[in-house]
Amino acid sequence: MHDIQALVQDLERALLSLNRNEAIKIIHQASTQSSPIEAACEVVTEALDHIGAGWEEGRYSLSQVYISGLICEEAVDAVLPREAPERKDQPKMAIGVFADYHLLGKRIIYSSLRAAGFELTDLGSGLNTEDVVKMVHKQQISVLLLSTLMLPSALKIKELTRQLKDMPVKVVVGGAPFRFDENLWKEVGAYATGKTPKEALEIVNNLTGGKV
Amino acid sequence: MNTMAITSMERVLKTLGHQEPDRVPMFLMLTMHGAKELGLSIREYFSKPEHVIEGQLRLGQKYQNDCIVPFFYGPLEIEAFGGEVIWADDGPPNSGEPFIRSIEQINHLKMPDARSSKVLQKVYKATEGLNKEVGNKIPIIGVVMSPFSLPVMQMGFDKYLEIMFFRPDLFKRLMEVNQEFCVNFANRQLEAGATAICYFDPVSSTTIIPRETYLKTGFLIAQQTISRIKGPTATHFASGRIMDIVDDIAKTGTAAVGTSTSEDIGMMKVACKGKLTVIGNMNGIDMRNWDRTKTVHIVKDIIRKAAPGGGFILSDNHGEIPFQVSEETLMTISETVQTYGHYPIQLSDG
Repeated sequence: MHDIQALVQDLERALLSLNRNEAIKIIHQASTQSSPIEAACEVVTEALDHIGAGWEEGRYSLSQVYISGLICEEAVDAVLPREAPERKDQPKMAIGVFADYHLLGKRIIYSSLRAAGFELTDLGSGLNTEDVVKMVHKQQISVLLLSTLMLPSALKIKELTRQLKDMPVKVVVGGAPFRFDENLWKEVGAYATGKTPKEALEIVNNLTGGKV
Repeated sequence: MNTMAITSMERVLKTLGHQEPDRVPMFLMLTMHGAKELGLSIREYFSKPEHVIEGQLRLGQKYQNDCIVPFFYGPLEIEAFGGEVIWADDGPPNSGEPFIRSIEQINHLKMPDARSSKVLQKVYKATEGLNKEVGNKIPIIGVVMSPFSLPVMQMGFDKYLEIMFFRPDLFKRLMEVNQEFCVNFANRQLEAGATAICYFDPVSSTTIIPRETYLKTGFLIAQQTISRIKGPTATHFASGRIMDIVDDIAKTGTAAVGTSTSEDIGMMKVACKGKLTVIGNMNGIDMRNWDRTKTVHIVKDIIRKAAPGGGFILSDNHGEIPFQVSEETLMTISETVQTYGHYPIQLSDG
């Protein structure tokens, strides 16, 4: 039996050195000790949290956060497939890039949430208000995560939240403009903002009652 | 443009020599605000070099700016490669969907001729026109996207990171194409009358890649590229962190660095002392919320921490001030520099 903390540390080391095979091996090891979902939640989430926090503190870089998320997503998909019953019992969640095409932030959050066992729909990039309102309505989305890189794109979310105000959907925003202006998320009428994958996960956990 | 005895050019050159000029030089990186001055939409404004010439001259005069920026917009270089640009009414044009959709396309990527490219001609014409107007009195800052950072718009960040880490063959090929293009674009701007080139390289910041990756990639590319640019350069990291790579940046041959509001400007000044001029680090995104009191406080604080000894230019942290920042705030920044930016700096803590 391996100690969970030791596995977390080993995984973090493997991810930071981009050692994909080693990282996948550790995640498999964790999943054989407990249920796959527990392995995903404990070992993967904790390792990704450390890396995300390291980025926030300036110790690690965004590329490390991104590649780590990709590797973990792949490994968790193997132990917890898309159709796994644990993934199904969740409120409908979706993620997209609003009004621009810079995908990295969205991809990081998408991978991190999936690696933590959540399932969410990728709405893509270049989204506009009209499209999103239709998608939310049609797909009955109750948690909508939006990423932006440019300030004008972020400001356009205000109109979107206005149009969504009578729908049972919570809009969570992230991206550079929200990092550099800490009140911007309130100004655009979002439910919350997150600076790191960990914060995104906390918000989603809160909204879903930790239902993974 | 400045009526004082010393010109903006002399002021900037002195500070680049790590000496104290008459006052702190100020680079307000205003691009889209020229459209406001001329009463045009952003798209209309950037459609003709004559508009940019007039806009830059008016902005320079109005705010006593110490530089002229004949920069149009980031995705202009993507347009030169045949990519898409998406216009906005209230911000800079954005690059559209990346034109490299499959990474294997890199093997067949053709470099546009920066000298004859139709879309780049307006930059050269604006630079020539501005040079005719201001001569050697005000530095004209040309801008290029670094070969290492351009791929974010060419292929998207996610695909780019994957080739950077896992496909060295395609990474090398892409850098060869981009480097040649960048050198040609920079040198043609210098021929047109630019004084210096701002080498935009956000991907090299430690916000995006770790130092060990930088040393094997962005650093070497910057060294090679900057050595072929026939004029002085400043490197800008567009709000990215650089504290851990300051000594490395100094070895790329650049003279100055654009710094982030996420890092302490006083500590940055110490780290760069005698090696690099520090440019920064007002928070451009937050700036639209500043009232007069806050603006004065921030500008004074930055001057107090970074200006003594020269080697410092007050500017925003991103290299382009958002369209939403008001004339009042810009005027307050300028007035605060005129009031408190005279050497020797006499601002105390608090």
